[in-house]
Amino acid sequence: MVILSILILNKAGGLIYQRDFNEGLKKLSSNDYLVLAGTFHGVHAITSRISPVPGSGGLEVLESDQFRMQCFQTLTGSIKFLIFAEPHQPNIDVICRRVYELYADYVMKNPFYQIEMPIRCESFDKHLAAYIKPKQ
Amino acid sequence: MSNLHHQPPASPFVPFSPIQPGIPTSTPPLSSQKTPQLGTSNLRFASSRKSIYDRHLNRTQRSELSKASFSFLFSEMIQYAQKQVSGIQDLEKKLNQQGYSIGQRLLELLLHREGRSAKREVRVLGILQFVAQTLYRHLFGKPADGLEKSRENEDEYMLIDHDPAVNSYISVPREMSQLNCAAFVAGIIEAVLDGSLFPSRVTAHSVPTDQFPMKTVFLIKFDESVLEREAILQQ
Repeated sequence: MVILSILILNKAGGLIYQRDFNEGLKKLSSNDYLVLAGTFHGVHAITSRISPVPGSGGLEVLESDQFRMQCFQTLTGSIKFLIFAEPHQPNIDVICRRVYELYADYVMKNPFYQIEMPIRCESFDKHLAAYIKPKQ
Repeated sequence: MSNLHHQPPASPFVPFSPIQPGIPTSTPPLSSQKTPQLGTSNLRFASSRKSIYDRHLNRTQRSELSKASFSFLFSEMIQYAQKQVSGIQDLEKKLNQQGYSIGQRLLELLLHREGRSAKREVRVLGILQFVAQTLYRHLFGKPADGLEKSRENEDEYMLIDHDPAVNSYISVPREMSQLNCAAFVAGIIEAVLDGSLFPSRVTAHSVPTDQFPMKTVFLIKFDESVLEREAILQQ
């Protein structure tokens, strides 16, 4: 199960975390990542409105023959986790949940982290790498 | 953690003032002393009119606390302390004070719970064993990972913890890398030592190793009075 990269978006759609785990995605500049995050946030909002099924969430999965992008939105609606993986991967939502759990532990319980700001927590990086890397 | 309203309780005694001849002095009658009403104090009463002071002390002996609850509370304590002080030394001192008030009460509780077999520790090694075993087991469910005596200084001892539970979710930013939030636990240890009449200073230092990247050493520096007493008792 190859994870290519992980992005985390805050409530306003700003990018607070971006990390590549594997080659396979084109390297963008940090500005491009911010634009990507903002665009996705907008698309997500639009899709949740135009959905024919009442009460549905926004865009969840975007799959092409090169990659698969999965979006996990928290119950509070404030954080979105974007996981980019290789196509035809099962069980991405298990990974989403685990990343959410790591976020709740090492970012939210950190007194030096300000909410909605870019994530600069060493423990989060360390534990995330320890969880993702063995899966490659 | 600490009560924000520091009002000393009203004393039943009027401060002594010099008696001047011919002038009557007034002493308020004791009956006008306000007795604590159920509505005005911070104490909570259950419907059975019992408060926390009526519970048996051993009732919560076996209970455990979720690590997540403590981590959120501790995170708020650190942020609260950070607003009041500037500088890493002051922040560690504030955390130490927060732990100090807990340690004072914890010492009494642990000795009470030991019951008949409670022994008053007069030797340095005895009190350090109490801290490393009993106190640590009460706080974290496991004894401390090591206890060492410093070779350079006679009055320094080191208590080692490979992975302090209070620090598990905290990542200190690089500009504050000297900070170790286990200063809180150091405060608890300092209060237990002070209360057992071993005045000392306890500080927490991180010494990451490859095997234990979160390893913390509590440096316990005893006062000279402790060393003198220990020398006398040695004979």
